[in-house]
Amino acid sequence: MTSINKQSFSQKMRAYKRDPLSMTLFILVILAAVITAFVVVFLVGYILIKGLPNLTPSLFAWTYNTENVSLTPAMINTVIITLLSLAIAVPIGIFSAIYLAEYAKKGNKLVKVIRIMAETLSGIPSIVYGLFGYLLFLATFGWGYSILAGAVTLSIMILPLIMRTTEEALLSVPDTYREGSFGLGAGKLRTVFKIVLPSAMPGILAGVILAIGRIVGETAALIFTAGTVADIPDNLLSSGRTLSVHMYELSNEALYMNQAYATAAVLLVIVAGINWLSAFVAKKIAKV
Amino acid sequence: MRNFKEVFMKVVFLIAACMSILAVLLICVFLFMNGIPAMAKIGVFDFLLGKTWRPKNNIYGILPMILGSIYVTAGAILVGAPVGILTAVFMAQYCPKKIYRFLKPAIELLAGIPSVVYGFFGLVVLVPFVRNVFGGDGNSMLTASVLLGMMILPTIIGVSESAIRAVPESYYEGGLALGASHERSVFFTVLPAAKSGIMAGLVLGVGRAIGETMAVIMIAGNQPRMPAGILKGVRTLTANIVMEMGYAADLHREALIATAVVLFVFILIINLLFSVVKRRTQS
Repeated sequence: MTSINKQSFSQKMRAYKRDPLSMTLFILVILAAVITAFVVVFLVGYILIKGLPNLTPSLFAWTYNTENVSLTPAMINTVIITLLSLAIAVPIGIFSAIYLAEYAKKGNKLVKVIRIMAETLSGIPSIVYGLFGYLLFLATFGWGYSILAGAVTLSIMILPLIMRTTEEALLSVPDTYREGSFGLGAGKLRTVFKIVLPSAMPGILAGVILAIGRIVGETAALIFTAGTVADIPDNLLSSGRTLSVHMYELSNEALYMNQAYATAAVLLVIVAGINWLSAFVAKKIAKV
Repeated sequence: MRNFKEVFMKVVFLIAACMSILAVLLICVFLFMNGIPAMAKIGVFDFLLGKTWRPKNNIYGILPMILGSIYVTAGAILVGAPVGILTAVFMAQYCPKKIYRFLKPAIELLAGIPSVVYGFFGLVVLVPFVRNVFGGDGNSMLTASVLLGMMILPTIIGVSESAIRAVPESYYEGGLALGASHERSVFFTVLPAAKSGIMAGLVLGVGRAIGETMAVIMIAGNQPRMPAGILKGVRTLTANIVMEMGYAADLHREALIATAVVLFVFILIINLLFSVVKRRTQS
């Protein structure tokens, strides 16, 4: 944007001198931005600089033992739990979003209730989820510390996220698409699955990737559901720790600081990658 | 036949949509069913206002933890709110496009970093820093507040920035036309108009801070006693659950679940507050 009343730098400085309040506010704003940038750079830089040199091949050995706290089993557990949670939460999340965006009539009381409940779910702290999972799956169902209990708990946790992003993606599909489909004689169901869902796919995918990020980073909800055993589980009903839980245990034991740095760096890189991927996919919506 | 499929799938969608209601109900039922009897057994007042937590002697008072959570959260807001809101002003009103392209993803990354990594960072950087500069052993209320302040930054910045951007440009232009400087227009016309949106961001930040578990437990000291000072250790509600749930049994275990009930009620109140503030934004 070009404007005819553009000030030069020296004019600006003179104006600030005459107006100390504006100058103070300006300095405060810049200061805050610098602090925020500093926090990001320092946090990420510190973890990476301390962690990457400690990444040794033995850290990726196949088995975990007290001499070599390998993170491979934790990595495999993370993948299993992520896939399981997504397998449960994604269909339910997408189906509820379809109901909210495509089927529910405006002013529907039920829709209001569902929205409030989803909002409540997204505000519940992860430790409460963990405790709930413990009470339901371990104390009531008697599963014991297990991958399955952890995955189901996490799937409830990410449900509101998937619902919200999917609904937003569905609502951003223009009505002309639907009208065109109806006009060609397709039914409601066919329209939803063949026309609306494919067009909304990038948005839905971006939400799913964000959900993966939350699962990878989760600790509190898993300690009392999936447990902290550092091995690859035999089946879905045996315990296994994810990478985040692994990281917590390492720094808790305080014996393996170098490995903890390295694990933190790995987690950070994974999360950054997931964030980037989500943003990349979301950008595709703008292009479509 | 086709009609049947349509109706069938509509019912499937409806059932899926009701899952979130079911989830909230289940969580409420299981928490309250296990927590309320313990509260009754201990005595509601002894539980909520008791100043000692000594499971070995069957004394369960969680006032220290309630205060701990409130103090740490208040500290986090004191640290995070000014920096967060001013950064949001920077993002929306000052930031050149070139910097924005880097700053925005950086802040989003901050939101995605797992809380254990934050906790670990606090453990190896903030705790020694506080110990060397302010004294004490470093595991303190101050450390926890600063770290939580960092953690809620992206929440506050994100919500505040979109609130500021939602203010019509004409407000800002009106300010300029009346001879106000850029800063005066932004701070005295745009910001007041975005007030309730920014409030919503703060409430959301409070919710995140009070519910944070792993980061706090790694740096706050976790002593179950009344908060004794800003450089002394403190235990939050969330930490209380994680510290002892692993080995607790009987009434002790139920008391921990009751702790979660208290936390849950806090969160419900904050959620309610959030939706009230948000509704005011929309109207």
